[in-house]
Amino acid sequence: MDTGFWQAFLAALALQAGYNSALVAVGAGLLGAAAGAGGTFLFLRKRALVSDAVAHATLPGIGIAFILMVMLGGEGRSLPGLLLGSAVSATVGLFLVEWIARRTRLPEDAAIGAVLSVFFGFGIVLLTVIQTMSSGRQAGLESFLLGSTAGMLYADAVTIAVGGALCVGVVLLLRRPMTIVSFDPDWAAASGVSVRGVDLAIMGLVMAVTVIGLKIVGLILVVALLIIPPVTARFWTERTERVVWIAGALGGAAGYLGAALSASAPDLPTGPLIVLVSFGLFMLSLLLAPVRGVAAALWRHRRFQHDVHRRQGLLALARREAIFDRLTLKVLRREGLIRPDGVETPDGAAQAAKVLRDEKRWDVARRVYRDETIAGRYDGLTSIEAVLTRDEIAELDRRLGPPVSVGPRIAGAVP
Amino acid sequence: MNAFVQLDLTPLLIGVLAAIACALPGNFLLLRRQALIGDAISHVVLPGIVVAFLVTGTITTWPMMLGAGGAAIVAVVLIEAVRRLGRIEPGAAMGVVFTAMFAAGVLLLEQTDTSGVHIDVEHALYGSLESLIWLSADGWGSLLDPVALAGLPPELPRMAAAAALIALLTGVFWRPLKLSTFDEGFAATLGLPVAAISLGLVVAAAVAAVAAFDAVGSIIVIAMFICPPAAARLMTNRLERQVAWSVAFATLSAVLGYVLAGWGPLWLGGTHAVSAAGMIATVSGVILALACLLGPHRARVGAAREA
Repeated sequence: MDTGFWQAFLAALALQAGYNSALVAVGAGLLGAAAGAGGTFLFLRKRALVSDAVAHATLPGIGIAFILMVMLGGEGRSLPGLLLGSAVSATVGLFLVEWIARRTRLPEDAAIGAVLSVFFGFGIVLLTVIQTMSSGRQAGLESFLLGSTAGMLYADAVTIAVGGALCVGVVLLLRRPMTIVSFDPDWAAASGVSVRGVDLAIMGLVMAVTVIGLKIVGLILVVALLIIPPVTARFWTERTERVVWIAGALGGAAGYLGAALSASAPDLPTGPLIVLVSFGLFMLSLLLAPVRGVAAALWRHRRFQHDVHRRQGLLALARREAIFDRLTLKVLRREGLIRPDGVETPDGAAQAAKVLRDEKRWDVARRVYRDETIAGRYDGLTSIEAVLTRDEIAELDRRLGPPVSVGPRIAGAVP
Repeated sequence: MNAFVQLDLTPLLIGVLAAIACALPGNFLLLRRQALIGDAISHVVLPGIVVAFLVTGTITTWPMMLGAGGAAIVAVVLIEAVRRLGRIEPGAAMGVVFTAMFAAGVLLLEQTDTSGVHIDVEHALYGSLESLIWLSADGWGSLLDPVALAGLPPELPRMAAAAALIALLTGVFWRPLKLSTFDEGFAATLGLPVAAISLGLVVAAAVAAVAAFDAVGSIIVIAMFICPPAAARLMTNRLERQVAWSVAFATLSAVLGYVLAGWGPLWLGGTHAVSAAGMIATVSGVILALACLLGPHRARVGAAREA
């Protein structure tokens, strides 16, 4: 990437790259935020891919709206008209998905796939019809497949920005009931929330985002705006409200950054770039998120492995058993518990005695306390001091008898 | 009749073969609740083909097939990795992976100078079934004429080979497929490699998708993976009959869709044919809708009495 690109990118980020791209960037940011926040509820309801059916189901509506507007003597390309048509056919598609999944024995994923492919296929048929219409040759309806921001009109941009802002407003207003329903529908129903109504509102939101996103991202990729940010946000928190906020922020950032990137050089389509920026944020989260990320999981695994080998190694030292495992030897050596030749250091001997005593106390404790709360805590790693009080441990020690010297006799001396 | 052989026979055959090749694995994907795998695969074929074009610089069969097949396998592995590493539900994991890969494909395509070759997103989506004509034919006699046969569009033998391969695999692995589809645990206790069968099914689906994709575009692929098997599922409770029904529905969709696309507008007073791929998908949807309304086994078990 040369400096020219970076200058253009910085200019686009600061909304200085021209009126049109500034409009697109703001619109994409708002759209991304609305989609991220709205998609969260869909994701938590485990119905993420319903949005794919909704998105593909918009195509016949666009075609029919165009044909109707031309037949009524209109211009045919008016964005609000096309969006209205797409919303109507998306509603029909959504209704069909629900109907098939509820009324027949086909599972919901089959219903989603059937609706999306059939509606899309029918939409393609309509597009070829429109191409043969006298006024349809320059219709450019194909741009709704992958979105196109080149030559976007001021009115289009305003439609998108206002729509995005409205969606964000709806999310703000309805976030409580939507959170409750997507988190625990049964509890929501019991506490008087209309699950069906809220579900409809969620679907309405998804549909609104899809329809508004058609122009910028296109109907094939708009589903990514609804799915990727919530999945990404889920890595960073365990709390539902925060997933909504983080997903909204991530979606908005991806929309804004993607639009700015695409304005920085020719041949950089806006929709795919927004999706790829979003995917980049997802990959970063997958790898680096503090608790659920891959790096954190690897670190936890290493930590656990280390603890197991340390404890088992010390127990072996205490019982005078030979250690063969290389990793165990490495762990003990690194902590200065054995010398390079494998003989225990004074520190190692002390630690080994301590671990052995802990293990023996556990032996007794598991016989004394048969209930899950105590005996169930035994995992071979937790120190007994973390589970029992000092008095209880003193009682265990009384049962164990006086300390004995650590030596080969120990193995036979277990009571 | 000459015009029929020249212009319509090959697209019709390719359409039927593509529909059957996709519907066969679709039956098992449907029963395993993996119906949307077909959707995901047909989206990721695009980046695979673009990368293959970037590497080889030509549009020839084998690099394209390898690229598309490779992309399908990458996608399946990625979906599985995202699902396991991130503990994400499969639907969302699929949505993340296939949209990102499709976006990468579109971006690569826009960045590449493909002016000299026939490769674009529209073609990838709805193919160009109508253009696969057999110019060197001059009547039914050409079917026996080696010179004319050499002029067949290369998509036809390729699609026929793919369909034959998939039919053969379905036949050979029928029992293990059936067992592991209905009761994976039981199949595993019998010593069947259920994970390998599952992966093999996805790979077979990818082969069908890739072969069909080139000729008919991804929209038919998705429709044929799902609609004929889903309609067949509502007709019978036996797997053997379901597969037979799905093949029949797939064939019917392809023939009827092609005919309606080519001649339907003329009957209605129009002058131009409409997209055959789109029409085939539409007809398969109509068949599914009829099955949903009238199919003898359309209701869930037990649902009939409650309703």
